[in-house]
Amino acid sequence: MSTIYFLFQQMLLFSVPLLIVALGGMFSERSGVVNIALEGIMVMGAFCSIFFINRMQDVMSGNLLLILAILVAAASGLVFSLLHAYAAINMRADQTISGTALNMIAPAVAIYMARTLQTNGVQQINFTNTFRIREVPLFSRIPVLGDLLFKNTYITTYLGLVILAVSAFVLYKTRFGLRLRSCGEHPQAADSVGINVYRIRYAGVMISGALAGLGGLVFVVPTSTNFNATVAGYGFLALAVLIFGQWKPLRILFAAFFFGLMKTIAASYSGIAGLKDLPIPSDVYKMIPYIATLIVLAFTSRKSQAPRASGVPYDKGSR
Amino acid sequence: MKKTRGAGLGGVAASVLPSLIAIIVGLLFGFVILLISNPAQAAQGLKVILLGGVNGGAKGIGQTLYYATPLILTGLSVGFAFKTGLFNIGASGQLITGAFAAIWTAVNCPWLPGPLHWIVPILAAIIVGGLWGSVPGLFKSLLGVNEVIACIMMNYIGMYGVNYLIKISNIYDKLKNQTVNVPASAALPYGGLDHVFYEKIGNLLRPSSVNVGFYIAVFAAVVIYILLSRTTFGYELKACGYNREASRYAGINEKRSVLMSMVIAGMLSGAAGAVMYLARSDGLHIDVIEVLSPQGFNGIPVALLGLSNPIGIIFSGIFIAHIERGGYYLQKLNYMPEIIDIIIGAIIYFAAFSLIVRNVIAALARRREARNALGRGNER
Repeated sequence: MSTIYFLFQQMLLFSVPLLIVALGGMFSERSGVVNIALEGIMVMGAFCSIFFINRMQDVMSGNLLLILAILVAAASGLVFSLLHAYAAINMRADQTISGTALNMIAPAVAIYMARTLQTNGVQQINFTNTFRIREVPLFSRIPVLGDLLFKNTYITTYLGLVILAVSAFVLYKTRFGLRLRSCGEHPQAADSVGINVYRIRYAGVMISGALAGLGGLVFVVPTSTNFNATVAGYGFLALAVLIFGQWKPLRILFAAFFFGLMKTIAASYSGIAGLKDLPIPSDVYKMIPYIATLIVLAFTSRKSQAPRASGVPYDKGSR
Repeated sequence: MKKTRGAGLGGVAASVLPSLIAIIVGLLFGFVILLISNPAQAAQGLKVILLGGVNGGAKGIGQTLYYATPLILTGLSVGFAFKTGLFNIGASGQLITGAFAAIWTAVNCPWLPGPLHWIVPILAAIIVGGLWGSVPGLFKSLLGVNEVIACIMMNYIGMYGVNYLIKISNIYDKLKNQTVNVPASAALPYGGLDHVFYEKIGNLLRPSSVNVGFYIAVFAAVVIYILLSRTTFGYELKACGYNREASRYAGINEKRSVLMSMVIAGMLSGAAGAVMYLARSDGLHIDVIEVLSPQGFNGIPVALLGLSNPIGIIFSGIFIAHIERGGYYLQKLNYMPEIIDIIIGAIIYFAAFSLIVRNVIAALARRREARNALGRGNER
């Protein structure tokens, strides 16, 4: 039983950043702007917030510091994503191009800033992980659930689940969500009933920037003790999770958990009875998440439900 | 006849101008960063960046072309897919599997005579790269799987798969955790380029690393150009890129077209892997690490700056290699080479504005025309 608890906790560490970033991408794409810059925004958010932690950890520690870092990550991601929003919305740019540009700029800026700002001149930014919650009082005593969700955890895990619930609510139950979706499906129609397409798209991209920046921090904190100007392709994986999840919150959750579970099995198969004795080399295990995703996609992708106007710049004049 | 050619040249100028403006703005942006980091040497630094590989004389220019070779091929791979309406983000996986095939063939087929010892490994890389590209192609055409997600998955499968195959095969150098040197007879020959690009130290001539791979890259660009602009097959591929439904209605087998686009894109990336790693003993080796090959992703900015035009990609590949070499020489002034990546990113970002820039240019031209017409009217 303890193996299952351990695997579930591991799975959350893999899944939650994917979930948060993919939800961010969802807001952007449902508003009609393809955001391939998720990777770069994650790097930027992680860089700013980890640097913040690095500087402040002598003054404070624990979850107060983490909460402040979360705000820094979201704010920096949001600001960085404005570059993409400006290009895609005001300048009617090819969104792949500006996204690629952001992906190139972010790691270079992170390395440049880290080496300039740190007295030792190295690109790694170290931090001490004081954020792990061993046990949530009271909740951890709930049978099964307590062991699954309330032991050895981070507040970021709950934050991810809260973001999921809020995202689903905003997207489907609010006026803003309806407007966002209409701008991604048929911006001309939205404009004709008085919705400001540009403003809604800005909002979509900015939400995606804040969430992707946050996702960068959430990815780095539990798995490492330094930040080295990379999030290991997680932004692109989040893009895959977004497509896998068919641009819908609950399906994105499912896709992120599926991928996280496969990743967990690949990473910790040696601790699972029955798997460790099989004559399968570790490299093959590491391929499993990606092969499994392809196979699942092969059965589920028949009709794609991509937002229809996603990636198409909106030009008021061509209505 | 003359008139159409003039319009063609004007068209080229109109499409190249936004890229040139982007380059200038990007370089200015880089100059500002140089000024902020170290104002005393900023002017010197900008000069070093602009001179790029030329800082190293003839050999330096050769090195630029050497580094441009895989950039051109991956740029072609991404750009060709763009032209046919697909986003090939899987160049990384296609490149590394192709590279593995090339090295494995070079090491295990020493009996291949003469130039065949490097030609056959390149062909092996092209075939394997094409196969790797065919997977997202098949998934897209038969099952409707978005090619972006399939390509991302194939990148990781390729990376882990190649790591595994290297470890169980005879091309593994366990001590250095990388592939072994390829045999000297399988290394790409200079093809005369060593007589052009070299440096002289005493009586010793030291050639740059540029080799026949560069010819191959340029040849590939010309082939892709002809394929896209002069053949029915290329026309069908492009038509599917514009509108799949209309193409099907027009009788084009759109499933086959999508598949063939990805296969050709994969072949180009596979060739890039071969020319990168089929080098002399001091050349590159595949490191057995769990990081996606970055060279595959470098093709994206090259394709974008070259406007996905095969001939444009030759120039954008050389340009990006040129200023990256500038970054190498920039370190002598104690600047960080990452400044170059920021500059390239800025150039790509401003290149995204090309639509607006083109509109502004067109509006200016119209206004000038109107003024001229008015002037003539007054004279009369």
